[in-house]
Amino acid sequence: MTAEFWITQSFNGLSYGALLFLLASGLSLIFGVMRVVNLAHGSYFMLGGYVGLSVAWRTGSYVLALIAGALVMAVVGILMERLFLRRLPGQTLGQVLMTIGFALIFQDLALLIWGGDPYSLRPPSALSGVVTAGPGRFPVYRIFIVVVAVVVGAGLWLALDRTRVGAMIRAAVDDPEMAQGVGIRVPRISLGVFALGAALAAFGGVVGAGFLGVYPGLDIEILPYAFVVVIVGGLGSLPGAMIGSLLVGLLDNFGKALFPELSYFTLFAPMALILALKPTGLFGRV
Amino acid sequence: MTRIRIVALIVVLAFATPLAAPVGAPAQSAPIKIGFLAPLTGPFAQIGKDMVNGNQLYLAEIGGQVAGRKIEVVVEDDEGNPATALNKSRKLVDQDKIAILTGGMLANVGYALQPYIDGQKIPATFPVIAADDLTQRKPAKWIVRTGWATSQPMHPFAEWVLKNTKYRKIAAIGMDYAFGYEIIGGFQQVFEEGGGQIVQRIWAPLNTNDFAPFLAQLRRDADAVVALFTGRLALQFLKQYEEAGLKGKLPLLGGGTITDETVLPQMGDEAIGVITALHYSQALDNPTNAKFNKAFEASAGKIASYYSEATYTNARWIVEAIKAVNGKVEDRDAFLAALRKVDLKETARGPLKVDDFGNPIQNIYIRKVERVGGKLQNTVIATYPSVSQFWKYKPDEYMKRPLYSRDYPPCKYCQ
Amino acid sequence: MSATLIGTRPIVETSSRRAIVAGIVALAAAAAVAPALPSYPLTLLTQVAIMAVLAMSLDILLGYTGLASLGHAAYFGAAAYAVGILTTERQAGFLTCLVAGVVLATVTAALFGLIAIRATGTYFLMITLALGMVVWGLAFRWVSLTKGDNGIAGVPRPELGLPWSLAAPLPFFYFALTAAALAWAALGILARSPFGLTLKGIRESESRMRALGYDVWLHKYLAFVISGGFAGFAGVLWAWYNGFVSPVDVQLVTSVETLLMVALGGPGTLAGPALGAAVIVFLKNFVSVYTKRWLLILGAVYIGVILFAPRGVLGALRSQR
Repeated sequence: MTAEFWITQSFNGLSYGALLFLLASGLSLIFGVMRVVNLAHGSYFMLGGYVGLSVAWRTGSYVLALIAGALVMAVVGILMERLFLRRLPGQTLGQVLMTIGFALIFQDLALLIWGGDPYSLRPPSALSGVVTAGPGRFPVYRIFIVVVAVVVGAGLWLALDRTRVGAMIRAAVDDPEMAQGVGIRVPRISLGVFALGAALAAFGGVVGAGFLGVYPGLDIEILPYAFVVVIVGGLGSLPGAMIGSLLVGLLDNFGKALFPELSYFTLFAPMALILALKPTGLFGRV
Repeated sequence: MTRIRIVALIVVLAFATPLAAPVGAPAQSAPIKIGFLAPLTGPFAQIGKDMVNGNQLYLAEIGGQVAGRKIEVVVEDDEGNPATALNKSRKLVDQDKIAILTGGMLANVGYALQPYIDGQKIPATFPVIAADDLTQRKPAKWIVRTGWATSQPMHPFAEWVLKNTKYRKIAAIGMDYAFGYEIIGGFQQVFEEGGGQIVQRIWAPLNTNDFAPFLAQLRRDADAVVALFTGRLALQFLKQYEEAGLKGKLPLLGGGTITDETVLPQMGDEAIGVITALHYSQALDNPTNAKFNKAFEASAGKIASYYSEATYTNARWIVEAIKAVNGKVEDRDAFLAALRKVDLKETARGPLKVDDFGNPIQNIYIRKVERVGGKLQNTVIATYPSVSQFWKYKPDEYMKRPLYSRDYPPCKYCQ
Repeated sequence: MSATLIGTRPIVETSSRRAIVAGIVALAAAAAVAPALPSYPLTLLTQVAIMAVLAMSLDILLGYTGLASLGHAAYFGAAAYAVGILTTERQAGFLTCLVAGVVLATVTAALFGLIAIRATGTYFLMITLALGMVVWGLAFRWVSLTKGDNGIAGVPRPELGLPWSLAAPLPFFYFALTAAALAWAALGILARSPFGLTLKGIRESESRMRALGYDVWLHKYLAFVISGGFAGFAGVLWAWYNGFVSPVDVQLVTSVETLLMVALGGPGTLAGPALGAAVIVFLKNFVSVYTKRWLLILGAVYIGVILFAPRGVLGALRSQR
């Protein structure tokens, strides 16, 4: 294995992990606060990509596409939580099943609105091309994904750690009843976090559209990856999501490169093993 | 409405309808019903739509009737799922009383339907399903293929590569399922017999998103790469191939679906120069194709692909067979015999007839992606006429060898 | 942390006799009506019978023990593959297929149970999903055994030495109906046994049961294994019914649909999931004939039922007294 191989594969794993972080951080936070596994999370990712695509086609602006995708799905998330999930307080299984219903609806709506052809979002020329440094080839767009994920991750960390709202969120994750008891409006926090999670996933979808494309079935395909990340990292933990996505990105890449025979298992077998040894995930707090 | 009433309504609705079967009309002047299976939901929904549109287009052109009888098409969603396909076929045969079953897209749907079709003795045509073995070692009596067999285009393609390029060491990468194995296998068989070497066989899982690990494995000392991907995988693969810097270094060849017109419009410069082989190209220059393209683009709002041409020509095939039996499709044996004898001298893809195993003998086109008039197209750069599924081999010799699979042909030159 | 995934609060015991009577009536009605039905609706009813067995098997885990699994298709599919491989490679007969299928499903469940039972709630959901995906990967990848994506075709109906061939729809329907009735009876006895009552107790509060001295882990594990075994029974029937086995039988969507059947019908009642299976099979087939938007309608129905009848159809029916 040459130096080029290790460098390229590590970078690819890193950039793929970065994309997964955008997808999975929202899922982890939503679970942390609401104890709901949002099975429509893959749909948020896909729909965000589609919305971004439409906006990009209409306006030619990549930035607008990013913002629009995130905003639209945040609204959808708010509606979903407010009008539907909130009607089943405490019924976790019911809520999970409801998200499944929504996933089906979103899947069909996407087909109805955008048709079944696979699409690709052409990134702005500033983000195209490749940077060569020594033996490594680094597509600029992948570098962009890493940068975006780092910025978002840092932003989330600071928000959770330094702001009052962040403290309230952390309290709600640790112990919702106590938090409610000291006057934190947990339902409002839940709503906010749900919207944030949806926006993050959608944002990830637009970013991903330039690399994976957007196509029917993306929602079902990407969802297990989101699960693996939050399971490995631990539900409700932001650092967990960071480490988890990095691990999954690298594991998937190196696993497929070194053991192509086991391609179908490189993700799920380790996931099952980690869960077998530590059922709440590496950093799980709940 | 109280909860219980809502729930009861749902339950009653759910039970009520399949039992409310429509009553069939008797007699010869009754319409001829064609049962059409296609994936209308799921990842292949767009292809299913193209298939339905192609079929509809031809039938509309002939006024929806033949031999004095009206033609009725009953379209059912097989969801790209063999169990559903079986289910819907039962409905089409038992409830809708179809005269002929057609459509289907995935290989496993074809394999699942084969025993059912033969058991029911219902004539069937497969315009798209290409799984090799359906018309080889275990041919179905009641199925006529009007599309192609997966490895059919790759045999002449390998010969073309040997005669027209200097590529002698080629790395192969394809999707990890039978369609991939048969495309690569067909190419490898003829290529190695002619003195070439396949130096790698890489298989990517169907849910791959990031090709980086696979692209990293491709041997840089090969002369070229032969690839097989379909749909969004083709789109992603070509893009990432270019990003990995391979486009200039390793010329890309492939099965026809990697630049098929369902994905070509979405591609950019990364597709230019890619050479593939298939029994059709939207850019084929003949009057029937020109007419077909014009009509299809007008009605569907997008360019035709091999899927839509397949069902368009398939509809014509069925109509010709109906004409040959003077509309008496109820005599299933006669109808089947007619289906096997249809011989079309010029279709959108060229001449078309079937061999004794029920698979087409047709032209295979070597195509190269070029930008013409601002749009990408699969320009035809060579034509191999009258190619059968067995290429130049005798059928029994060909079938003595195993079916192309994940391990066959073996990779003798792999390291 | 307690195991409770709520939405499955207990349905009062006294109605169980009513449920049994209703169930027997339904079975008898189906058996009586069958000869008059055209063969397509008959095949749909056959599917309902088989799916009912699958849904009831999951109910033992979900409704009675309170563990929601997203990987139940693994045992269903494993048994189906056993039948598929044995009949096409070794021309195995009825008994061999039945035993092999159920045993393979049970052994798989026994293996996976060791990994999964340590987790609860959402983690259990996730781990069962991962295990289900591993089986799916195996089905795809072990091409020499499973024929991969192509699937195994030509699985014949079993020979029982009866005067009627099971290849015809009506005899096979009675066969499937009988099998479903037997499964229902067996699971019903299990549910009403002390073991079943313990499971219910665990669903309510694991810590309490532990405090009372019950071996909670063992009970959960046994429930997991038994549920897997019955799922295998359904898988065997499915392989015979379709004559075809493919990775679709072990995919995530199949597991999700099974979960929905149980939740829709009414967890913890056995009859509820059977009803749920009927609703979903008919809904899918009915709606898709009339519109391409059947997935959307299905999703809307799920949401509607969960909102208005959170304990499933049967739960709603029972609470209306």
